[in-house]
Amino acid sequence: MDANANMHLTLNVWRQRNNSTEGGFVTYEVSDVSPDMSFLEMLDVLNERLVHEGKEPIAFDHDCREGICGSCSMYINGRPHGPLKGVATCQLHMRSFKSGDTIAIEPWRAVAFPVIKDLVTDRTAFDRIIASGGFVSVNTGNARDANSIPVRKENADDAFMAASCIGCGACVAACKNSSAMLFVSAKISQLALLPQGQTERKIRAEKMVAQMDSEGFGACSNTGACSAECPKEISLDTIARTNREYLGAKMTSSAV
Amino acid sequence: MATSPLLDAKIPAGPLEDKWNRYRSSVPLVNPANKRRLEIIVVGTGLAGASAAATLAELGYKVKAFCFQDSPRRAHSIAAQGGINAAKNYQNDGDSIYRLFYDTVKGGDYRSRESNVYRLAEVSGSIIDQCVAQGVPFAREYGGLLSNRSFGGVQVQRTFYAAGQTGQQLLLGAYSALERQVGMGTVKMYSRHEMLDVVVIDGKCRGIIARNMVTGELERHAGHAVLICSGGYGNVFYLSTNAMGSNVTAAWKAHKRGAFFGNPCFTQIHPTCIPVSGEHQSKLTLMSESLRNDGRIWVPKKQNDNRIPSAIPEDERDYYLERRYPAFGNLVPRDIASRAAKERCDAGYGVGPSKMAVYLDYTSAIERYGRGEANKNNLFNATPEQITVMGKAVVKEKYGNLFDMYKQITGEDPYEVPMRIYPAVHYTMGGIWVDYNLMTTVPGLYALGEANFSDHGANRLGASALMQGLADGYFVIPYTIGAYLANEIRSGDISTNHEAFDQTERDVRERIEKLLSIQGKTSPEHFHRRLGKIMWDKCGMARNAKGLQEAIQEIRALRKEFWSDLRVVGTANELNPELDRAGRVADFIELGELMCLDALNRNESCGGHFREEYQTEDGEALRDDENYMYVAAWQYLGESQWELHKEDLEYENIKIAQRSYK
Ligand SMILES: Cc1cc2nc3c(=O)[nH]c(=O)nc-3n(C[C@H](O)[C@H](O)[C@H](O)COP(=O)(O)OP(=O)(O)OC[C@H]3O[C@@H](n4cnc5c(N)ncnc54)[C@H](O)[C@@H]3O)c2cc1C
Ligand code: SF4
Ligand code: FES
Repeated sequence: MDANANMHLTLNVWRQRNNSTEGGFVTYEVSDVSPDMSFLEMLDVLNERLVHEGKEPIAFDHDCREGICGSCSMYINGRPHGPLKGVATCQLHMRSFKSGDTIAIEPWRAVAFPVIKDLVTDRTAFDRIIASGGFVSVNTGNARDANSIPVRKENADDAFMAASCIGCGACVAACKNSSAMLFVSAKISQLALLPQGQTERKIRAEKMVAQMDSEGFGACSNTGACSAECPKEISLDTIARTNREYLGAKMTSSAV
Repeated sequence: MATSPLLDAKIPAGPLEDKWNRYRSSVPLVNPANKRRLEIIVVGTGLAGASAAATLAELGYKVKAFCFQDSPRRAHSIAAQGGINAAKNYQNDGDSIYRLFYDTVKGGDYRSRESNVYRLAEVSGSIIDQCVAQGVPFAREYGGLLSNRSFGGVQVQRTFYAAGQTGQQLLLGAYSALERQVGMGTVKMYSRHEMLDVVVIDGKCRGIIARNMVTGELERHAGHAVLICSGGYGNVFYLSTNAMGSNVTAAWKAHKRGAFFGNPCFTQIHPTCIPVSGEHQSKLTLMSESLRNDGRIWVPKKQNDNRIPSAIPEDERDYYLERRYPAFGNLVPRDIASRAAKERCDAGYGVGPSKMAVYLDYTSAIERYGRGEANKNNLFNATPEQITVMGKAVVKEKYGNLFDMYKQITGEDPYEVPMRIYPAVHYTMGGIWVDYNLMTTVPGLYALGEANFSDHGANRLGASALMQGLADGYFVIPYTIGAYLANEIRSGDISTNHEAFDQTERDVRERIEKLLSIQGKTSPEHFHRRLGKIMWDKCGMARNAKGLQEAIQEIRALRKEFWSDLRVVGTANELNPELDRAGRVADFIELGELMCLDALNRNESCGGHFREEYQTEDGEALRDDENYMYVAAWQYLGESQWELHKEDLEYENIKIAQRSYK
């Protein structure tokens, strides 16, 4: 064990067998936690212990543990990805907590993200939104030389910022309406800012917004909780841009 | 030596520069009506799998794609940081297809196949074009054109990047192309599905058995071809920079059904990772190689120097890479940089609490960039403080997310104090043996991306894995698969009622039941950790015959213990990460044995494979071209039994030399 592994915590963790059973909080005490551990490593330690006791470990999504794949997803004391700004759960370290703290851990709560088990939810709605129009229609082999399309650096940088969304769903989890507007707007903005995205600009906005609505995400009321909790700090400007794109699309086209 | 008759690489005839072009225009085509009747199964949706699935669907094939994450966008490729190479020569610094080819073969220490590498270099430019057309936001200069940087082992700037998130942006590009096809109904996507075996009928691969990880149900999927795009196996070492879920299972099942495994011992230890901080550690974090563009690596000249870095004056620092390799300095290839760091730490010059770390220092880069900014803005009287502020801003723009990540993990601010880094397992050059068409030794079964052994020899150069994954998926397999499928148009639909499907599904089910029924005392995690320790200690950065022989015995003992003392809680018909893990660890244990066997067989040092018995006087790797200039392809015969087949490597276009970066 680590020499400085001296924190003690009380965890209230949401446990739920599957989508058709009810869940509830279960309390666990964990000691010997080192401040250098990541939050998920702290859960690993608890899970090792549960396995040792013959109990089922807590299921949670995770993979890269570098804040980039968007797998990890949980409320920590009521906040998506926990207390730090711009940090995904897997990058949160225990030095952000104090020994003696009680921590509540829950899965995303949103109609469009049904719970699969414990902290694991089904976020495939996001994939379907991208499939509805979150792309440039260019088959492999059709591209011209990359430098034949110059892009203003400011636009390229803004497009990159929007494109850095990791698809984690914290924006939805943070929103009182469970709106997916920030996620959708990040993609619409990225492509609207680039010359490559122009041809399908209108239809893309229309289709993605329509798909978002049909998945059961709520309406956007511009509260801004999404951006505040987004681990990639995707800006609210993207939503403003999407509203412009969408209105523009609505006024000039009849098809949805 | 002579190449085994079982290993026909099918390299097209003709001069190197013409092989691919000629071959491509002569591969049999499948007409559009027939394509609609041919099904292709793609296992994996990383760069290799997503690009292949999207492109094959665009061509008209029916595609089914599988991944074990909840979304194809989360494949491990998402985590790649530094960049992707391409021989565009946009910087006008003398780059060319030949130079990229040459650098890759030399970087791989002359253990890769010339024809494949040349093709890779040839298609590299088209990859950038394709990605830009998809809207991948690469870094750009003020003039609006694409920006480049350098990576290790080369002297040109050919690496394209998107801050420190290049893999993310490339994968999201390929993912959006894939989702577009999903939306059009040409690709059927199976996420949270794990392929657990391949089905072989009359010697041809005809499908897979996959487990729905949410319900636990076993599913049969038939296809005229199966593409294994399941990534690398670095997690055999337990701690690595790979994602937690990365595993060898798909590749290993293919191996056990007849696909030969190429050069399993060729693993890459990356020099710049955040050092291990304690036993709780679940994975290691890479600090991108791009940081070596601007950062300087050093240790104190005095052993066990406990002063803080800023208190160590310039002349008491040993910039050991610049000292040993003046021509390439901090940009030597990864294997060399890693060994040099190990050498310094082993000799007692390491820094930090564990003493197993070296400094990566940005002080002089911050100053240099700050001065540059001051000049650009005509601030000729800028104070050192102002210069530092401006310099930090430039560094932040180039490497901001990496610096943030470092701070998040270590709690130290790398803008103020040098980072501490140490080598960690990162990538596997070895993998399933494939021919020029990317087909394995089982007809109809292909391997793409990190899962195959193909292009990087004994050491991969930075920013070349992304290039290879996308080359395989976008530009190689769409053509080469025609050579096989053109003869499959008469096969018709493949029935999943065939007895081979029955039998394979039964095998998979029995194994799952076995894992659950042992009911011992030890978790899969625990076995994984122990395997990792054996591998790191005895088949890691330095290897020797005695250690490898011991490792093989220890791994066999570990396997026995695994199958008698494993404990998996939960059941088979629900989401059960413990069960998933147990299956993967079981395969890693078998692979570990083969890696040691391969390392023991290769009585030479080359690239990332460093056998302590074979080194030059100044500690450089000593190759034995006479006896080992071959690909070691292992055929699985049964538990702990393999037969070695050799594919001789012939270099007709490159003069072989001792690799020198001095
Ligand atoms: C931290 C890090 C940084 C890197 N940075 C760079 C870089 O800057 N430049 C560079 O060139 N390279 C880099 N690399 C290497 C590069 O990222 C990888 O080699 C490459 O992305 C591998 O792509 P892939 O498509 O082969 O596999 P992966 O991206 O690993 O994808 C594997 C896919 O297979 C699926 N899969 C696996 N097994 C199964 C199964 N049994 N059933 C179903 N699905 C399965 C997974 O779900 C996933 O979709 C980096 C690697 C790491 C670890
Ligand atoms: S916008 Fe932010 S919070 Fe929402 S999915 Fe993307 S990264 Fe996550
Ligand atoms: S595990 Fe990948 S973002 Fe957290």
